[in-house]
Amino acid sequence: MNSPVWNSRRKRKTERLARIAHRVRDGRFDAADAVAVLQALIEPGDRVCLEGNNQKQADFLSRSLASVDPALIHDLHLLISVIGRPEHIALFERGIASRVDFSYSGPQSLRFAQQVADRKVSVGAIHTYLELFARYFVDLTPDIALIAADEADASGNLYTGPNTEETPTIAEATAFRDGIVIAQVNRVVEKCTRVDIPGDWVDLVVVADRPYYIEPLFTRDPELIDDVQILMAMLVLRGIYEKHRVKSLNHGIGFDTAAIELILPTYGERLGLRGDVCTHFVLNPHPTLIPAIESGWIKSVHCYGGELGMERYVAARPDVFFTGRDGSLRSNRAFCQAAGLYATDLFIGSTLQIDRDANSSTATLGRIAGFGGAPNLGSDPRGRRHSSEAWLEMTSSVEEVRRGRKIVVQLVETFQESGVPTFVERLDAIELARSAGLPLAPVMIYGDDVTHVVTEEGIAYLYRARDADERRAALAAIAGVTKIGLGADEARTQTLRADGVVAFPEDLGVRRSEANRTLLAARSIRELVDWSGGLYDPPKRFRSW
Amino acid sequence: MIETLRYEYPAREAVTRRAHVGVVASGNCEVLLEPSSAKAASIVVRTSVSGFDATWQAVLKRFFARNPIAVQIEINDFGATPAVVALRLEQALEGAR
Repeated sequence: MNSPVWNSRRKRKTERLARIAHRVRDGRFDAADAVAVLQALIEPGDRVCLEGNNQKQADFLSRSLASVDPALIHDLHLLISVIGRPEHIALFERGIASRVDFSYSGPQSLRFAQQVADRKVSVGAIHTYLELFARYFVDLTPDIALIAADEADASGNLYTGPNTEETPTIAEATAFRDGIVIAQVNRVVEKCTRVDIPGDWVDLVVVADRPYYIEPLFTRDPELIDDVQILMAMLVLRGIYEKHRVKSLNHGIGFDTAAIELILPTYGERLGLRGDVCTHFVLNPHPTLIPAIESGWIKSVHCYGGELGMERYVAARPDVFFTGRDGSLRSNRAFCQAAGLYATDLFIGSTLQIDRDANSSTATLGRIAGFGGAPNLGSDPRGRRHSSEAWLEMTSSVEEVRRGRKIVVQLVETFQESGVPTFVERLDAIELARSAGLPLAPVMIYGDDVTHVVTEEGIAYLYRARDADERRAALAAIAGVTKIGLGADEARTQTLRADGVVAFPEDLGVRRSEANRTLLAARSIRELVDWSGGLYDPPKRFRSW
Repeated sequence: MIETLRYEYPAREAVTRRAHVGVVASGNCEVLLEPSSAKAASIVVRTSVSGFDATWQAVLKRFFARNPIAVQIEINDFGATPAVVALRLEQALEGAR
């Protein structure tokens, strides 16, 4: 009888690394050898985790992987947070990868949907970030991880700058189950500015041909915030944050939530709310947060990733942001998502479509855009046990055994700019799932998790509705002149207002005449720079001066 | 091309002042409101976007059902959403009372 083998993964790793030993010196190989190294290390059918983050992209390694010979390397199972770059699509087109598990594909959503339709790639699942990371530690552990960092030292320690994002998570899952971790770095240094990933988790380092690609995703120019968004921001501040004393929260990335950030030091200050609401954020370093931080509103911000231009500002505010000894931001998407799921009172974000039951989706036909983190942030974690004032207020139960609830807010105008209604009879997501063969309709936030919907017409306090029918009536009452809104019964709306299930601006003491841009603490990128004392350094495309 | 739409609704409340809100800019609209001695609200909409007659009617009908004010209103529209139009009307009313 053969004795069992318990270290096959480790032996396999040793064999693979031996194949490329001649190309490696001091743990590093040359950029010119990258394609040859990947070709020698990777085997058909491998699970390859490619670091395509929301912001930072291991683009040298992804370009190299897309250049391998598909006759040698094919049918890889790609694990990737964000399908964001053209060469990610090339991996499917060339047959190098034929299966993918991912979270988000915003910039490539159209081309990706085409690859799925052409059966070039099959989708394991469209995950949320936390689900995808979690699966790395269960049944989707990578054989190979291709990651990106700013610096490596001689021992392979890595420094990731403000954009640590999910690099440590990927490296940990891979390294501790005998996968191979390959890092592209911008430069090799004597001593890393700070160690974000220890060198003994890293097998190989390559200095990339150019610094990794990074995208400014969270910069919203206040110039583009309009009066309707300001009105809705006022409604949120009075009707939700003030009413429920919301202290810890996550904001979506739209102009409407940027408007909320920018009226804290003006409208919020006048309401006397500083210190009582919005004290702890789980959020990327949005430039539009600067005035509220400078005005003393915000005690802490933990970040998923960095934001281009915010480096010096963040480094100068270590009481607020999580920073290393070197001064720069330490972000971590996995911890930040966990914090957003479990430790916040509220999530607020926008969407493209909402149905009668408050299910919402950003899916449109012909695109498979995925989720990112919103479904985790915008859901009630039923395992939560710690209480807060806002969390407890979401339960109307008087029973001895009760649980609180996270506040989940959808913030939408009744119509999109193109004149397309936001409130719909049926989500496009349902048809998309059918046509793309997805087992689940890609619903971003399930209606039963939504506690509040805010439009320019007012707020529907869905958590207060007695039953499904009253929920629908409350939603219709604020759905404006969409088909669903026109179905609202005026008398019933009055009753709902009297019962506190619906509130119009006048019910909350919000004056529409005040809803204009003078309420914004900063009305331009330039004014954000001024608020920061010159520390914020916006990317060129946001400079008009 | 500018399309002109006209609407009239019954009215029973008077307002005291003129009001002018909004701006003529893309995605926005301007609302000019004047008190009227007639028992009606009459509205003229000049819009650069055609094909939204039913939406205009729905927005205006709803506004004047809630606020039966005797006024003459002129709206110059450059592709404002129903949200912007409703906000401008409410703002004009706040200014006129």
